[in-house]
Amino acid sequence: MSEVQQLQAAPRTAWHVAEVTETRRETPTAARISLDVVGWPGNLAGQHLDVRLTAPDGYTATRSYSIASSGDGERVVLAVDRLPDGEVSPFLVDELRAGDRLEVHGPLGAFFVWRPPASGAVGRPVQLIAGGSGVVPLVAIARAHADAGDATPFRLLYSVRTPDDVFFAAELEAARRGPAPLEVEFVYTRSAPDGSGGPVGRITRERLAAAVIGADAAPIVYVCGSTGFVERVAAWLIELGHDQAAIRTERYGGT
Amino acid sequence: MQHFDGNLLAGPLAEVFAFDPTTARARCNGCGAVAELATALVYRSGAGSVARCRGCGAVLLSLVEGDGRRFVNFTGTGAIEITTAGRDDA
Repeated sequence: MSEVQQLQAAPRTAWHVAEVTETRRETPTAARISLDVVGWPGNLAGQHLDVRLTAPDGYTATRSYSIASSGDGERVVLAVDRLPDGEVSPFLVDELRAGDRLEVHGPLGAFFVWRPPASGAVGRPVQLIAGGSGVVPLVAIARAHADAGDATPFRLLYSVRTPDDVFFAAELEAARRGPAPLEVEFVYTRSAPDGSGGPVGRITRERLAAAVIGADAAPIVYVCGSTGFVERVAAWLIELGHDQAAIRTERYGGT
Repeated sequence: MQHFDGNLLAGPLAEVFAFDPTTARARCNGCGAVAELATALVYRSGAGSVARCRGCGAVLLSLVEGDGRRFVNFTGTGAIEITTAGRDDA
């Protein structure tokens, strides 16, 4: 029985044609892109997809993007940050318009995913740690947690340059106010909101230690951000006593 | 050269395997460490991707694509361990 259930739990991967239904500014450097993907089997919270662009001369470029949405249905939401020297992201952020079509491969990934615990059970606490646009799959996880009304304690620590750079601010606030337990803490690396009073600057080991669920509570920890951010944070978590096997990481490159 | 991680291999490997192998635990022939492929360090170029052991840096596998062909070479990988569904019933 459980074999059947687990097989059903991982939606089948395939190439699809996606139609852009809406694109809008998410932050000064990022766009939120809503897709209608005919035949999309739904996706788990935390999964990603690959986007393939083909130039008129046949040159192709493929990049992976995290999915901000989850669950059944053919609507898929991405949020893409523009990399200054990127080949694909400037097009997606600045040029893509409603009605355009994209080739997408997915849903992908079975490692960096979260499934709500079986009906009513309280799972191990979950700590989400995001650097910049690395918050996108964690938004999917936090929203899935909220939508499920899941009683598992959740915390999000979100490192971001300025308040204007926060992705899905309204959705995170709604999830925080919802019945599923979620605490959200920001680390501002360039400038903080007026009157917040907190320190401004890159996350430190001390700040991390103070903000995350302690190792004694044995949380499952999801860390997503630039490669440098993820590796710093994951190394500190292990120094702080977290079990390496309970730390799930996703690196999007960069510095 | 900047690197990523094995989550990035889910797409290309999904076109080769009937399951997502990024959660399979691979043994490094270099140091013997066993870890999910998703946690490997992945270096990417126009030709494809190379996954290296997070522990010792040895090459675990390489993926080369082009010209209508795809080469998957598990150069430095010993056994891979796949958690099969339905173990509870076994």
